[in-house]
Amino acid sequence: MKSLRKTILLSALAASFFTAAGLAQARDLTIALRSEPSSMDPQFHSLTPNTQLSETLFDPLVRTDGNAKPVPSLAESWTADGDVWTFKLRPNVKFADGSPFTAEDVLFTYARVPKVPNSPSSYSLYLSTIDKVEAPDPLTVRITTKGPSPVLLANLSMVPIMSHKAAAGPAPEGKTTVELNRGDGLVGTGPYKFVSWKRGAEIVFERNDHYWGEKPAWDKVIYRPISNSAARVAALLAGDVDIIEDPPTDDLPRLKKDKNLHIQETPSVRVIYIALNQGDDVPPGVSGTDGKNPLTDQRVRHALSLAIDRKAIVERIMDGVGLPAANLLAYPAFGTSEKHSKVEPADPEQAKKLLAEAGYPNGFQMSLGSPAGRYTNDQRIAQAVASMWARIGVKADVQTMAPPVFFKQRNAFAFSSYLAGWAASSGEMLNPLTSLVVTKDPKLGLGTTNWSKYSNPEMDKLVMEASKTLDDDKRAELLQKASGMAMDDYGILPLQFELSVWAMKKDIRYGGRADQMTLAQYMTLAK
Amino acid sequence: MLSAIVRRLLQTLLVVLVMSALVFAGLYLVGDPVLMLASPEATDAERELIRQSLGLDLPLWHQYFIFLGKAVHLDFGSSFLTGESAMRLILERMPATLELATLAIFLSLAIGVPLGVYAGLRPNSLAARGIMTGSVLGFSLPNFWVGLMLIMLFAVMLGWLPAGGRGPVESYGPLQLSVFNWEGLKSLLLPACTIATAKCALIIRVTRAATRECLPQDYIKFARAKGLREKRVLGIHLLKNILIPIVTIGGLEYGQVFAFAVVTETVFSWPGMGKLLIDSIITLDRPVVVAYLMLTVVFLATLNLLVDIAYTILDPRVRLETSS
Repeated sequence: MKSLRKTILLSALAASFFTAAGLAQARDLTIALRSEPSSMDPQFHSLTPNTQLSETLFDPLVRTDGNAKPVPSLAESWTADGDVWTFKLRPNVKFADGSPFTAEDVLFTYARVPKVPNSPSSYSLYLSTIDKVEAPDPLTVRITTKGPSPVLLANLSMVPIMSHKAAAGPAPEGKTTVELNRGDGLVGTGPYKFVSWKRGAEIVFERNDHYWGEKPAWDKVIYRPISNSAARVAALLAGDVDIIEDPPTDDLPRLKKDKNLHIQETPSVRVIYIALNQGDDVPPGVSGTDGKNPLTDQRVRHALSLAIDRKAIVERIMDGVGLPAANLLAYPAFGTSEKHSKVEPADPEQAKKLLAEAGYPNGFQMSLGSPAGRYTNDQRIAQAVASMWARIGVKADVQTMAPPVFFKQRNAFAFSSYLAGWAASSGEMLNPLTSLVVTKDPKLGLGTTNWSKYSNPEMDKLVMEASKTLDDDKRAELLQKASGMAMDDYGILPLQFELSVWAMKKDIRYGGRADQMTLAQYMTLAK
Repeated sequence: MLSAIVRRLLQTLLVVLVMSALVFAGLYLVGDPVLMLASPEATDAERELIRQSLGLDLPLWHQYFIFLGKAVHLDFGSSFLTGESAMRLILERMPATLELATLAIFLSLAIGVPLGVYAGLRPNSLAARGIMTGSVLGFSLPNFWVGLMLIMLFAVMLGWLPAGGRGPVESYGPLQLSVFNWEGLKSLLLPACTIATAKCALIIRVTRAATRECLPQDYIKFARAKGLREKRVLGIHLLKNILIPIVTIGGLEYGQVFAFAVVTETVFSWPGMGKLLIDSIITLDRPVVVAYLMLTVVFLATLNLLVDIAYTILDPRVRLETSS
């Protein structure tokens, strides 16, 4: 039914004409979002639909560019002396209400983070390495960290600076989340300012005339949450919106042919991977192995990886909207090496040999868990992987379930292997390594998403060392070594990097972002 | 009559209580809200903090009693996801669903009843056969498909109506409605027609059956024998007697559309409550789901009561006590 619906939708689309409506409203921009933000409070819920809007209303002290390199934002320059970082603030910056930006605002912002009540995903995460923040003068901020913290700048780029004057209030956190959701106290230094939010209907921003940077292109930006992907495409075709996030991959080949549209595909930092349960006990779902866990054997894991035809997955299931992956981040991101950037071509014969060597000439049975609808085409990818494994004699029982159920089951180690995705928000290798492959240690907050029981103490040591090394070249080398080690172990099997896609009217341009954010300030009229 | 109403209200209260307990236990079994809410990069200690701040670290029965204690004071808790009052989030979106459901049911009655009566009066005519075939199509076509077709035709190809969203709203007392201004009505038309397609088909069939049943009755024959004009025979004697099944079906369907217009609301990105329910179930936002279903139960019970009261007005022989 679904494909029929799309076929009809698109054949009608091919016959359709564009009205001139798009040109008439050239100075206002309407964006269709895939998900509505949960809050406007820039410190309430650390989640892409929220952060992409606060990025447009606010500025952090430091930003990161496309290659995870820190670049100046509200701080013009900075120096690090051991654990003490000194930031020189940009002078003559004004908030959207016209009041000046000073170090006082930075102090207020960082102090507010831990006080926001009921935060479902707190921004404290990004300030955890900070010991204290001081302001020696109105244009200087001094931050002392608890030990060396090479991730400080990347972390600070996630925390937008609020106005201490506008966001002050009787509650401990100043203006409450509910007040900020209504726009009360929601004042930043960013290119646009908040006008209104009607839940489920639209969010309206307006140009901030006090903005310190280049003048933004649009007078007004209107965001409309349209969660259904076919409805998003229809809204674009009808001319109701100018640009949409994430058109369905099945429709892309035809959308690309439409002369009235422009499609932007940008590689993202999200990797889709398979984790293999490498615990000492036989994991649930495994049978035919005489009471052993075959997944603890590196040769078996290598065989499973060799059996997967990553190119076919990207081409046939993703319709080309992905890149085959050989590591947790695409080369040349920080901490990746050229050596581990090439995907091993699928080789079922070699895989069978490896299985036989490991003592499983006839294969075995296992389970492969996958969320249904959390990542693009997730369950179809899982099914494809299972059929590729079947060719080398490994019978994988695919278990797909709704995301909340899947994550609960995964965290209870209910699968012998599972498919999931990871977006390395900081864009460098330390992030996926510490979360996905380092040995799980709840006390130290390490390996928080390592639900595979994979553990390589030698690699752990390298990652720990990298997390304390301030010198960029040295850190890159350590991370390259560590990620190479995990890949040679086949401790985790990366499948593909998602491409982020935007479809827009032909007179609009957006370069796309690796972090998958939709940012109005970078959208322009095509020349 | 009064005692019957009180009895109904007590029944409703019991249903609400049972339902809230079921939803509590059900969502608890489905998954852990903290896993859905927290950043994947959060450490276990940070997750634990979130769990405590949302009160999810307590045993389930304890959480339930805290909820009941607050619910007595009409406080249904705050949404896990947004931190706003759950009931407020729902009530904010209710007018959108209310006007969508009302217009859809109004359209299906306005179109369905005359067509149904006609099909009942001349069952063998070509037009009647056409109407009946159309009604089969009407309720066998899936809702989202009808919606998308209407979008393709009226929004993409002809460009007459917007493809989705809600138009400008105006305040009418506590309600924010868009149905009484032209731009708003334009946005409302397609989703309302989508729902009306299926509902109208149902109304046509019910009306036709009732008409066929009434026509051979003695009072119709007698009215005709008396020499009454055909208009009066149909408008008064027939219509009054076929209204009971139509009111029953119409009332039930209205409740259905109001509570679960999810599919249509999603296809048209209509900012109503149905979409809120689905989003909340996916993120395991329990306070919103519980409050939503409680509100729905109360609404449906009230609607049923109103339908029963309507019976007593339409047919003086019906007593409320016996019909409950």
